[in-house]
Amino acid sequence: MTAYAPHTRRVPGAVGDSAPRPDGPLKVRGAFAYSSDLEAEDMLWGTTLRSPHAHARILAVDTSAALALPGVRAVLTHRDVPGRNLHGSMVVDQPVLAVDTVRYEGEPVAVVAAEDPETARRAAELVGVAYEVLAPVTDAGAALAPDSPAVHPGGNLLRHVPLRRGRAARGEPLTADVVVRGVYEVGMQDQAFLGPESGLAVPGPDGGVSLHVATQWLHVDHDQVVAALGLPREKVRLHLAGVGGAFGAREDLSMHAHACLLALRTGRPVKMCYTRSESFVGHVHRHPAKMAYEHGATRDGRLVYVRASIVLDGGAYSSSSPAVAGTVATCSLGPYEVPDAEVDVRVVYTNNPPCGAMRGFGAVQACFGYESQMDRLARELGMDPVELRIRNAVAEGSAVANGQVLDHPAPVAELLRRVRERPMPGPSLPQGGHLTGTTSRGESVVRGVGYAVGFKNVGFVEGFDDYSTARVRLEAGGGQVRAVVTSAAAEVGQGVVTVQAQIARTELGVEQVTVEPGDSAFGSAGPSSSSRQTYVTGGAVKAAAEAVRARVLERADRLLGRPGSATGLSGEAVTGAGGKVLCKLADVLGDEAVEETVEWHHRPTFPLDPETGQGDSVFQFAFAAHRAVVDVDTELGLVRTVEIATAQDVGKAVNPQALLGQIHGGTVQGLGLALMEEIRVEGGLMQNPSFADYLIPTVHDVPAMHVDVLELADPHAPYGVRGVGEPPNISSPAAVAAAVRDATGLPLPRIPLRPEDVAGLTGTDDALPEPATAGAPPTGGDPP
Amino acid sequence: MHLTLTVNGERHDAEGVAGTESLLYVLRQRLGLYGAKNACEQGQCGSCSVHLDGVLVCACLVPAPQAHGRSVETVEGLAGEDGPHPVQEAFLACGAVQCGFCTPGMLKAAEDLLRRCPDPGEAEIKDALAGNLCRCTGYRHILEAVRLAAARTRAPESRP
Amino acid sequence: MSAETETPRPMDFLLPERLDEALEAMAARAGTVPVAGGTDVMVRLGTGHERPAAAVDLTRIVCLSRWERTAGGIRLGATVPYTRIAGELAAPLPGLAAAARTVGSRQIRNRGTVGGALGTASPTGDVHPMLLACGAEVELVSVRGARRVPVRDFYTGPGRTVRAPDELIRAVRVPEAEGPQAYAKAGRRGAVVMATCSFAVALWPSRAWVGTGIGSAAPVPRPAPEAEQFVARELGELRLWQTRGPLPDDVLARFGELAAAATAPADDVRGSSAYRRHAVAVLARRTLGRVWDDYRAHRRTEGEPCT
Repeated sequence: MTAYAPHTRRVPGAVGDSAPRPDGPLKVRGAFAYSSDLEAEDMLWGTTLRSPHAHARILAVDTSAALALPGVRAVLTHRDVPGRNLHGSMVVDQPVLAVDTVRYEGEPVAVVAAEDPETARRAAELVGVAYEVLAPVTDAGAALAPDSPAVHPGGNLLRHVPLRRGRAARGEPLTADVVVRGVYEVGMQDQAFLGPESGLAVPGPDGGVSLHVATQWLHVDHDQVVAALGLPREKVRLHLAGVGGAFGAREDLSMHAHACLLALRTGRPVKMCYTRSESFVGHVHRHPAKMAYEHGATRDGRLVYVRASIVLDGGAYSSSSPAVAGTVATCSLGPYEVPDAEVDVRVVYTNNPPCGAMRGFGAVQACFGYESQMDRLARELGMDPVELRIRNAVAEGSAVANGQVLDHPAPVAELLRRVRERPMPGPSLPQGGHLTGTTSRGESVVRGVGYAVGFKNVGFVEGFDDYSTARVRLEAGGGQVRAVVTSAAAEVGQGVVTVQAQIARTELGVEQVTVEPGDSAFGSAGPSSSSRQTYVTGGAVKAAAEAVRARVLERADRLLGRPGSATGLSGEAVTGAGGKVLCKLADVLGDEAVEETVEWHHRPTFPLDPETGQGDSVFQFAFAAHRAVVDVDTELGLVRTVEIATAQDVGKAVNPQALLGQIHGGTVQGLGLALMEEIRVEGGLMQNPSFADYLIPTVHDVPAMHVDVLELADPHAPYGVRGVGEPPNISSPAAVAAAVRDATGLPLPRIPLRPEDVAGLTGTDDALPEPATAGAPPTGGDPP
Repeated sequence: MHLTLTVNGERHDAEGVAGTESLLYVLRQRLGLYGAKNACEQGQCGSCSVHLDGVLVCACLVPAPQAHGRSVETVEGLAGEDGPHPVQEAFLACGAVQCGFCTPGMLKAAEDLLRRCPDPGEAEIKDALAGNLCRCTGYRHILEAVRLAAARTRAPESRP
Repeated sequence: MSAETETPRPMDFLLPERLDEALEAMAARAGTVPVAGGTDVMVRLGTGHERPAAAVDLTRIVCLSRWERTAGGIRLGATVPYTRIAGELAAPLPGLAAAARTVGSRQIRNRGTVGGALGTASPTGDVHPMLLACGAEVELVSVRGARRVPVRDFYTGPGRTVRAPDELIRAVRVPEAEGPQAYAKAGRRGAVVMATCSFAVALWPSRAWVGTGIGSAAPVPRPAPEAEQFVARELGELRLWQTRGPLPDDVLARFGELAAAATAPADDVRGSSAYRRHAVAVLARRTLGRVWDDYRAHRRTEGEPCT
């Protein structure tokens, strides 16, 4: 493990403390400026006209009536996009404004700027679009059939990730004493952040534009906005506005380019703010997945092989689908030792809502598949399900699905033991106000317990050169020393602003630290996604602070005239051997601040072999286990979650309170996926784009939660940290579903569990499906 | 129409208010009080919770004209002259704030509960907050914060 | 399309303080929308799809915001919000108070009203089943005069009622409870959720009658008359009103089946028709069992803290 900076006196608010959020006081006063709270003098309001069809040809667009409405200042279509009319953070395939085809319901066709939001909305209604409605491609499996209509010219297969290990790689048959098969499904989950997509674009005197926007990664947005506007990079500036939650839904452009186009056309600031129903179509979702799994094991419960065919519905545009497919493959076997594997992951274009990043990024779906299988296997073997998992658990030195040997702690068995050993909660009745109190006084209520363990890569993979940039300045004034940290790391609620300050305090021994947001002109910090910011931006801040410290110590040596005497910074003082104070830090700094900027790269990763899916594609894996305890009204199919216990290895708890907040929040999002959260799509059209019908857990749905945090340092990571945001979200859906299965005895192969499923009213076909590959779609080449 | 209302004890006037506007729109876009948030604008999330004549409401569901001549209290008015409200302090102390978008509404709902019920049990707290969605925290730290605020309100000397 | 480009006349919003002023406003312009708590109207306005010519605020009309005891029961003003129903009327109208507690959130209950629920007439509304089970009557009033409509005759279709465009709902008359009442609401979330389906039952010992109401399982809220007649017959034949003896399981089960038979449920995002039919049977059986147990034990209702 990397050593701590040498100090003698710990600064309050350093790494390991539950330091308070620097933005907390503003947030509790209602004074924190979210992207929807921005305004400017003489501001216009922008709105978006969207396709009402999942698939249609655009025959004509008539903007004259809209333009004639008093108060309307601009109506723009694809003809008004001066630069590249396409965006996409990985594959550039999504029009800024639709040209001749719309491929999903809600696809932007035109944008309007007007003096007030009501006029803008009315004007959008007056834009006349003549559509020729086309049959939508709505089934991901059918989309792979050779005769399926193509959503894009290159065909519907967006990426195929094959994975071949052991006998499968050698072309030998996969056989085992005991074989279990299952087909599992995960519905389309929404990130459902609270702060709607919004922002303010302000035209500049130089013909450029500044966009204040809520995002997870300014720089990748900047690239795409610059391309759409056809302006020099330096004329487009993106600034982070307050972010009301993200969870992956802010990795792609929403209103970014539209607001800039309108501002540049009108010469006035333009604000755009989505409504909730618009937000549902305005960002990508978690991929619905259909997963056919076959597990082979020995009679004593050792996994021999896994065969799986997994199809993800990518929707109409690529977003981050290719990377999600890679994650599904890499995580497809679970944190288990599996000698032989034959897995095919395919992500497919359809005319359904586009899917992309959401917390867990494919690992959630895979976990539901393999953990459902582990329970099925345990039942088949007559084994305790936790014992079966422990018997097969990976540990440091094991290889996972991509063949990568884990070179950091991987305490999977320990995590499982910890959640198992927690005392069981006692019987509990619904509290007043919980609706199950009206439906049952205990009739038909059965307790169920379920376990799951999951894992996922932290950060970017497959050879992507991932880095973050941080600047640290140490300055004195008025006898005090303060540090200023600058980075473009997006604070989306997770607390990266807090963590950066903690690291600066730790390395520099000063208490007063200010974290300043870098805009798109500052170096990139990479995205606030994939549980990576504490590791990567944390690493950058640490490295920059270390560089500052080294220069300060040199300077102190020079001042003291004793080279090598100054060894550390502590309590605003320079210290030497044995922690002895040599001089005041303020005196060393004088009027001359010390500043360093570091672009910090984590250790490299490597591509997956396109034939076998093997390769050291990941720089760190993270693990968590859950035990869920539920009370199920088996007759009505209503579930009340009583308790969830989580055990997670975090490497180092940089901020224990914020860490718990991540684990609670992630666990509850998983609970939501297990029990209630699903965007229902019929014929490509969303049926429930509102918080009235897309249900996320309320405080009444949240169980007691016990969190057991392990801190087994990763020797490759700054302070030994391990990404924490996603793991609690990965295994909680599987654990909750397992608990409901335990209570009902039903196979329940699909989440979210609907009351009709849990009540046993739906055809829960437990017959063994054909071997996974038999029904698999034809193998095709990747599209160009 | 012309609208006169009192917000956090201060009289405000707004001209040309349309009958279709909500109190939330008036607070945010006409009075520049952005504390009440616009997350769903259908009364499903509680982010816009304010007091209207002492009654906790979703400002998005109040037709603005109904607020004419009435008194509104928003998150901006929570802190008193002697400092933050106990619920504000407790939310910070307990780590109940992440992205913070739900926080203003959550604080108003918690304050409303403590006005009615100084020593709430778990069920009462959950009932009081059920209309306020939070997507970040999983609510556990929020529940802790409300309990802490209640304790501190009952025994003010225990405040830091 | 050019005709539409003119800025439409903004919606008038009237703030009468007297009922007669409100009635005149309702009569003056067709399509005038009455508003109390706004919990339904504002959602419809917010989507921009509904732009009525005028709205009439009812919250300043004092007589609508009161309830009173009358010979026939409680006369509940149209704009009394759910919070007050749950708190102030828990003793005389325990079933309606219980249903009111399951409506939305605290914020919604502080604003939403029975008058509004009747005006909106959503089949998912939580108070309709209990109004049906209690045999409530709706008071309608217009410049043309007043009339009373039994709630069983009030709903005519999803979102449609017998209310004429110029009429206001002035009050609803609900008989005071004579025995235990129960409302059960099945939803996919612990709170703040529209009912997947719901069921209300109320015992009326003086009339030897069991009232029922079904929510979210038909185009309109509706009672289960055959279930009511069946259980009334059984209770009478077995002399159970008098003996307070146990209700046989097969009677409870049959009651549930007949309640389910009264449904005409749809498949939607909240649940399948098969589930709704099944769940109504379960809820009917359980709630009847519960109120009968309470009747046997001479219980009426439970207190609720901090309302």
